[in-house]
Amino acid sequence: MIDWGSIFSNAAVELISPTTAAYALAALGLAVHFGYTGLLNFGQAGFMAIGAYGYAISVLTFGFPVWGAVLVGIGASIVFALILGIPTLRLRADYLAIVTIAAAEIVRLLFTTNTFVAVTGSANGLSEYKGGFRALNPLSFEGKAGFGPWMFSANDWWNIIVGWSVVILAVLFTWLLMRSPWGRVIKGIREDEDAVRALGKNVYSYKMQSLIIGGVFGTLAGMIFIMPRAVIPSAYATSLTFFIWAILLLGGAATILGPVLGSIVFWVLLSFFSGFIARAVEAGWFPISEVQAGQLRFILVGVAIMLLVIFRPQGLLGNKKEMSFVK
Amino acid sequence: MSSETTPTSGPVKSTGLHLGDAEPGCRKVDPILVADGVTRTFGGLKAVDVAHVEIPRGAITALIGPNGAGKTTFFNLLTGFDKPDSGTWQFDGRSLAHVPAYRVARMGLIRTFQLTKSLGLLSVLDNMKLGAKDQTGENLFRSLLPFLWRKQEQEIEAKAVELLTRFKLDAKQHDYAASLSGGQRKLLEMARALMSDPTLVMLDEPMAGVNPALTQSLLDHILDLKTQGMTVLFVEHDMHMVRHIADWVVVMAEGRIVAEGDPHSVMQDQAVIDAYLGAHHDTDLGAAHTSNVEAVKELIDDEQ
Repeated sequence: MIDWGSIFSNAAVELISPTTAAYALAALGLAVHFGYTGLLNFGQAGFMAIGAYGYAISVLTFGFPVWGAVLVGIGASIVFALILGIPTLRLRADYLAIVTIAAAEIVRLLFTTNTFVAVTGSANGLSEYKGGFRALNPLSFEGKAGFGPWMFSANDWWNIIVGWSVVILAVLFTWLLMRSPWGRVIKGIREDEDAVRALGKNVYSYKMQSLIIGGVFGTLAGMIFIMPRAVIPSAYATSLTFFIWAILLLGGAATILGPVLGSIVFWVLLSFFSGFIARAVEAGWFPISEVQAGQLRFILVGVAIMLLVIFRPQGLLGNKKEMSFVK
Repeated sequence: MSSETTPTSGPVKSTGLHLGDAEPGCRKVDPILVADGVTRTFGGLKAVDVAHVEIPRGAITALIGPNGAGKTTFFNLLTGFDKPDSGTWQFDGRSLAHVPAYRVARMGLIRTFQLTKSLGLLSVLDNMKLGAKDQTGENLFRSLLPFLWRKQEQEIEAKAVELLTRFKLDAKQHDYAASLSGGQRKLLEMARALMSDPTLVMLDEPMAGVNPALTQSLLDHILDLKTQGMTVLFVEHDMHMVRHIADWVVVMAEGRIVAEGDPHSVMQDQAVIDAYLGAHHDTDLGAAHTSNVEAVKELIDDEQ
C-alpha cells in the first residue's frame, strides 16, 4: 500500500529547503528583468553558474574567505551582465534573449571543458568548498533537530537559515526599489522605452542597472544552490533557466512575492508527484518502469503549468486587471 | 468683418515672425530651433534634405506635406530618435547634433508620437509623474531611501493632478492608461509632456485618430501652450486645424522644404499645390501628348 505519510513529509521538506530558496531568488531576479523591465533573459542559469563557480573556485583555488568568495561571484556576475548588456540593450528585446541563452551555454561549456580541469574539475565539478561556510555556523548539535517532517542536521539548518535570509533581504530590496520613482521608470521602460526616452530618461542605463540587479540575484541563488550539494556543470543547462521561468510565471511575473510562492509550489508539487508516482509504480498502479516514472513527474508539472497559464495567466499572485489589457 | 458678425472669434495669431520674404529657409526674428543641411537617406531614398530652416520662438508652427514627405523623419532627427547622415542643428543656441534623445528632452524639447505611446500598465498618475524632471528618487541608490525623495514626489503629484484636471483626466488618475480611449491617450501624452515645463513642444499628428468632439478641446490645449509662452511645432494633415491655429507653416515635399509662410498665403503657393496635387494636375495628359496615345495604341495592338 502507498505510504502517504512519507510522500507528504517529503513534499513538506521542500517547503523550506535551500534549493527552493535558491530557485525563488533566481526567479526574483527574472521578475526584475522580465516582469518589471521587460528584459527577456534566457540565461539565468548562466548567472547561477557564475555564482556557483565563482564561489567554489575562489575558495578552492585561491583560498578566499567566505565573504571574499561571495564578492568575487557578485563581481563576476556584474562583468557578465555588462558583457551581455553593452551590445544588446540598445537593440530590440529579442536580441538580449538570443544572446543570453547562448552566453549561458558558453559559460556552462567553459566550465565543462577539460582544458581548465585543474580549476573547474571539468564534468565532475567541484566539492569540498563548504568548510568556511560551515565554520560560520553558530548552531552546533549532534544528529538531527526540528519538528514534524522538518528534522535536519545543524549544517542543513544553517543552509536553510542563510538561504531564506538572503531571499527575504532580496525581497525587501526589490520591494523598496519597485515602489520608488526608480521602479516607476523601470516599469515605464517595460511598457514603451521610446516614450520614456522622450521624457528625458537614460533608458540604456536603467536597463543595464536592472540587468545587473537581476543577475546578481541569480548569482546569489547559484551560491545558495551549491551549499547542500556539489557544483556540477550539467546542473546549469538551459532546462534550469526554463524551470526558473516556469516558477516566475507560476507566481506572477510582475510581483515581488510571486517568485517565492511560485518556487515553493513548484518544488512541493514536484516532490509530491515524484513520491506519488514512484510509490504508485511500486504498488503496480501504473504499467510503467521506474525509469519512466522518473520522467513522468515533469510531464505532470508541465500539465499543471499549462492549466495555470490557460486559466490563471497572471500567475498565482498577479493582478487580474493587468491581463485584460494585454494584447 | 466686425467682431459682432463673427461670434466665434479665432485665436490671436502671432505675426511678423520672419525677416525678408516668406520663402523656404527664410530667417526669423527670434528662432528657437535652427537646422542646417540636415540629410537622412534610407538606402537610395533621400528621406530628408533640409538646407536651412528656422522655427520661430513663442509661436505655433505647423509642418505639413503629403505622405512620405519626410516630416516624421525630420522630427525624429531633431529629437535624437534617429541619426542624420549630415547636418547641424541648434536648439536655443545649443547644438543638438549627436545628442542622445533623452538629453534632448532634458534640454526642454519634448515630443509626442504619431502613434500614442501611453504606458498602458501604469496608472494615469504614474504616467504623469514619469514626465517630471530631476526626480531624485530615480537614482538607483537614492531610490532605496524614501525620505530623500518623498517631499519632491508630493510636489510632482500635486503638479500632475493639476495638469490632469486641466486636461479633464483627473477622474481617471488611478486607472491604467491602457483603459483610456484613443483621444484621451492623446490628451495624456500632451499633459505628460508638460510635466517637465518644456520650452519647445513637438507634436507629431496630435489630431490623428481623434474624434471630432475631442478635436476642439485638443486645439484649445495647443493654443494654451502658446499663451503660456511655449513654442509649438506640430505635424498635421488636417488643413482646417492648420489654418485655425498655426502662426507659421512650413511645407515639406520629398524631403525638402518647398514653402514657408503664414497659413493663408502658403496655401495659395504654387509649390504647395504642386506638392499635394502633382505639378501636372491641371494639364490634360491625353490630349497634350499624342505620343502617349500612340504608345497606348501600340500596347493594345501587342495584346491583341
